Amino acid sequence: MAFVDQIKDIVNWLSSPPRFFLLSVIAFFAVLFPGELGPAWLRRLTRPLAAIYRPRVAAVLFGFLGLLFFLSFRDPNFLLIVGKPDNVPIAAMIFLVGFFVWYSLQQGRLNDRLQESGQPVVEKQEAGDPKVLVWPDLVYTEFLCMILWTVFLIIWSIFLKAPIEEPANPAKTPNPSKAPWYFLGLQEMLVYFDPWIAGVLLPGLIILGLMAIPYFDTNPKGNGYYTFKERRLEIAIFLFGFVVLWVWLILIGTFLRGPNQNFFGPYEYWDAHKLVPLINIEFSQLMWVKLLKMPLPSNPMAREIFGLLVVGAYFLVLPRIMGRFWMKRHYEKMGPPRFYVMAFLLLTMLSLPIKMLLRWTMNLHFLVFMPEAFFNI
Amino acid sequence: MPVLKRLWEYTRATQIWNSIFRHGPMDTARNRGLAVLTNVFLHLHPVKVRKSGIRLRFTWCMGGITFFLFLVETATGLLLMFYYHPTVEYAYVDIVDLREQVPLGIMRELHRWGAHAMVITVWLHMLRVFMTGSYKPPREFNWNVGVLLLVLTLLLSFTGYLLPWDQLAMWAVTVGSNMARATPLVGHEGPGAPLLKLGDITLVHAGNDARFALLGGRFVGAGALLRFYVLHCVGIPVVAMVLMAVHFWRVRKDGGISGPV
Ligand code: HEM
Ligand code: HEM
Repeated sequence: MAFVDQIKDIVNWLSSPPRFFLLSVIAFFAVLFPGELGPAWLRRLTRPLAAIYRPRVAAVLFGFLGLLFFLSFRDPNFLLIVGKPDNVPIAAMIFLVGFFVWYSLQQGRLNDRLQESGQPVVEKQEAGDPKVLVWPDLVYTEFLCMILWTVFLIIWSIFLKAPIEEPANPAKTPNPSKAPWYFLGLQEMLVYFDPWIAGVLLPGLIILGLMAIPYFDTNPKGNGYYTFKERRLEIAIFLFGFVVLWVWLILIGTFLRGPNQNFFGPYEYWDAHKLVPLINIEFSQLMWVKLLKMPLPSNPMAREIFGLLVVGAYFLVLPRIMGRFWMKRHYEKMGPPRFYVMAFLLLTMLSLPIKMLLRWTMNLHFLVFMPEAFFNI
Repeated sequence: MPVLKRLWEYTRATQIWNSIFRHGPMDTARNRGLAVLTNVFLHLHPVKVRKSGIRLRFTWCMGGITFFLFLVETATGLLLMFYYHPTVEYAYVDIVDLREQVPLGIMRELHRWGAHAMVITVWLHMLRVFMTGSYKPPREFNWNVGVLLLVLTLLLSFTGYLLPWDQLAMWAVTVGSNMARATPLVGHEGPGAPLLKLGDITLVHAGNDARFALLGGRFVGAGALLRFYVLHCVGIPVVAMVLMAVHFWRVRKDGGISGPV
């Protein structure tokens, strides 16, 4: 038992967001680009990770994670949270998203290898000439699929009762109060940004950004078949947004955020009296008082000048540098207006993990704190 | 079973049968094609498709599964509407009754789990479309229709979440709709709202801002329940159905399921 408890302690310790987030981001890039990023020693270290794209290795890994997951139900705290009827599909989502991301990347690598050896991609080989008839070839698959799903839904509904809690009571706020699970990523952003940014601006930009994808992606390759090599950057950006900034934040919000929106490990008891010191500090305070040893200027513009400079450089200067150096090809292909809109959306997306890191490492509250003008970033 | 066979042949020769199915009984390629062409539901499909497009490995059937789940939600939701009153007095009691009084009742379960599943499958469908690059020309517009469908799916689930009228429902919607307070200009705690003044009178306040419009009141109360019910059962499904029709039509007009040139 002592051994099991030690493992649980380690997992709890690892699931504190700064560690968990950093580990996830590192794991994300290491698995996406095994042996390709960073200095030579890092590349040597991550190269063996390419093995994960072999179905057998992946099956063993998946099986192991699944086993760990099911064994975890023996822990009462884990059972209490993950076993909630509403949380069951979210737990299933971990494995579904994991599997399908893996599968599409694996199929992409398969096609890349085929193309390298001069053969057409799988989709081309299977294109089938002549075409097949919808009746019966497709209708039959659809029919089977519907029957299987009907059976699956009925079994799920028989074994898992839909929850109903106490009647609605406006006078009694539950702790924690959470948005529906698919909006927990948005609720998570509220921790780092003001409501009008996290709750209105960013969701709007997410929708806009998604809709703009086809107009930003000017790469004609990889249309209608799985590939990784021909679209590395696009896939990395999309998956980072989908897996890390959307699904991952939902998991945090569902399983790790407890009473008072404090963090708890998966095997930790949700103690409503857990005390977490609030020691957040403004950037202006940090620069003027701590670094320059001066009192805060009373003029808001002067007070926030450092934060404004940083934010200005991030949104105004960085896109220019990106266009000139790192994404030169994209810049030339897309032309300035399109490129700058894309860069703005991309940088906005990346500002979330950056803000999270700053909060965790420096307890930074806001870079620019101008409540006078509703402008806190 | 010669009797059954005779009965089958007799049925297919009747005027009733022939008035419904407008193609001959022989199992020929022509009749297989007609089976699709002459059926209003099947004619969403073309008569012939590229083989790679119907492979499970390519689409994972995710779009189709999402559509199927929408149909399941419509059927089960319709049945729930027979028993459910969107009023503060009855909503909660109706749900408890569905749970306690209906032997073997699983309509609520089917509806709730189907809703969760649909949210997940629509995300996976988007993942598939991205990973096969199927949003590239000429399918840019259909990707946009898809994004709107994604938003509508989330809104459907969000409006449905309130209906059981228990603590979970009410507070989840309270948390979710609090954001509307902070909308620039039209939310009373949003940037710019305090500037909208006529002399001393503030134009945007808690009694007329974006959140008020959404909830039909200052709090999640009777007004919100009714609004969410109407949006959930009529408003959003109708818009979603129209967009789905466009979505499926565009899949065909854009050249069928994508594939390598
Ligand atoms: C035309 C289609 C639909 C109709 C007529 C309908 C009708 C209803 C009704 C009457 C309820 C209240 C009963 C209850 O709470 O158990 C309800 C609840 C709900 N609906 Fe729908 N619905 C439809 C589609 C959808 C869709 C497409 C989704 C999801 C994407 C959805 C998600 C929900 C959710 C999450 C609940 C709360 C379930 C519960 O706790 O029982 N609905 N719906
Ligand atoms: C209620 C939601 C949705 C339904 C019912 C739906 C349904 C479908 C179906 C049945 C197909 C045929 C191929 C397949 O199954 O993959 C399809 C294709 C497509 N969907 Fe959706 N979809 C939905 C949401 C979305 C979303 C969220 C997106 C993207 C953001 C999207 C983008 C597309 C595109 C671009 C295609 C063409 C793919 C190709 O040709 O390979 N759809 N959709």
